[in-house]
Amino acid sequence: MKAPAFAYARPASLGEVFTLLAQHGDGARLLAGGQSLLATLNLRLSAPDILIDITGLPGMAGITIEKDTLRIGALATHRELEHSHAISHHLPLLAQAVPHVAHIAIRNVGTFGGSIAMADPAAEYPAVCVALDAQFVIAGAKGERRVAAREFFKGMYETALRPGEVLVAGEFRIRPEGYRSAFIELARRHGDYAIVGLAAQANCSDGKYSDVSLAFLGAGGEPVLARATAAALEGKAFGADTIALAQAALAKELDPPADLYSSSATKLHLARVITGRALATLATLAAAT
Amino acid sequence: MNHDIETTITVNGKPVTRRIAPRTHLIDFLRDELGLTGSHIGCEHGVCGACTIRLDDKIVRGCLTLAVQANGRRVDTIEGLSDSGELAAIQKAFHERNALQCGFCTPGMLMAAQDLLLHKPDATREEIREHISGNYCRCTGYQAIVDAIEIVLTQNRAGRKSQVTA
Repeated sequence: MKAPAFAYARPASLGEVFTLLAQHGDGARLLAGGQSLLATLNLRLSAPDILIDITGLPGMAGITIEKDTLRIGALATHRELEHSHAISHHLPLLAQAVPHVAHIAIRNVGTFGGSIAMADPAAEYPAVCVALDAQFVIAGAKGERRVAAREFFKGMYETALRPGEVLVAGEFRIRPEGYRSAFIELARRHGDYAIVGLAAQANCSDGKYSDVSLAFLGAGGEPVLARATAAALEGKAFGADTIALAQAALAKELDPPADLYSSSATKLHLARVITGRALATLATLAAAT
Repeated sequence: MNHDIETTITVNGKPVTRRIAPRTHLIDFLRDELGLTGSHIGCEHGVCGACTIRLDDKIVRGCLTLAVQANGRRVDTIEGLSDSGELAAIQKAFHERNALQCGFCTPGMLMAAQDLLLHKPDATREEIREHISGNYCRCTGYQAIVDAIEIVLTQNRAGRKSQVTA
């Protein structure tokens, strides 16, 4: 189908964006890469009065490092993330996740900020940001504020963004020595929506897991941080027994809703399978260095 | 408020300026306004890849791009890349390997294939499959398409080697 009619503006400053947002309220939608938004408009699931194209705004793209913080501008595309040495070096978990985002032609255009603000429960970046305990920089007419990723996602397509606000960037603490990460996703076809996926990071020094983060996608309305499972893994040595222990803990903690193709029980089973794979991968990576 | 917007796009090397309604997809503009019907429209929500075109040298979905967003930018379609001869080798390989039947997906598939030939000259079969995973074909079962792309990759690699030795 074709999108319904709407007006289009391409402001050159954040100030103009805030004015337009104040003027149009709920009738306005921000357009970044548009790879989800335009599909939604074409399907007539949404009918805004005006699209505010923010791709011309200065200072919202790019990947920069300052001290121990890596900052990703909201307008950085999936492709830029995929080809960034800073990200593959300092945030390997994110680098491992990018190839799972849709397909080449969509990664060329879709943005980091768009994926975060959209908050699709099956999307990769929200889970990665939750696993890495990232901060989001949010701008509004009255100034900037920061919200932790672990507080940002409120449910299916719901976030802590307030009316009139714009997501400007994500900030990540650069991964310390000794940490290893794994991103594993199961999908029906490469690049499709995940059935279930896992963003995992842990300190893997001395043959043991500690400071473990396990964030699941496709397992709830928002990314699900498996805190009890992570706690059960604290200080445990690599090996089959530890993996079995984690899988048992996960069964008590995770209750994924069914989707069109997979029942809740199937998803839980798959989540346990990929948890085992992820923990084994972390151990292998630690042994290799 | 819903005014048409003056937009200038360089299509296959030639600048065109039109007043365009913001809701117009780039693919509809190319097909309906400029008559470039080589690129096809399939699903219109970014899944099938039939509308794959190039925007500033990167492949994109023509159905997930507004024509007004292409203002001041370059668009290349199957017509332009066919006429320039850029696609000659991959078109020949598609023909020889029977990599198409009804042909509906072929223009988009060729754009995705050419993108791989340009950017991943050492791609494996697995990487070929990954690269075209955003393009649906309902006739071939993909095997012949992967074969065709692999043949051109191999030819190109042989060409590179002989250039080095010569």
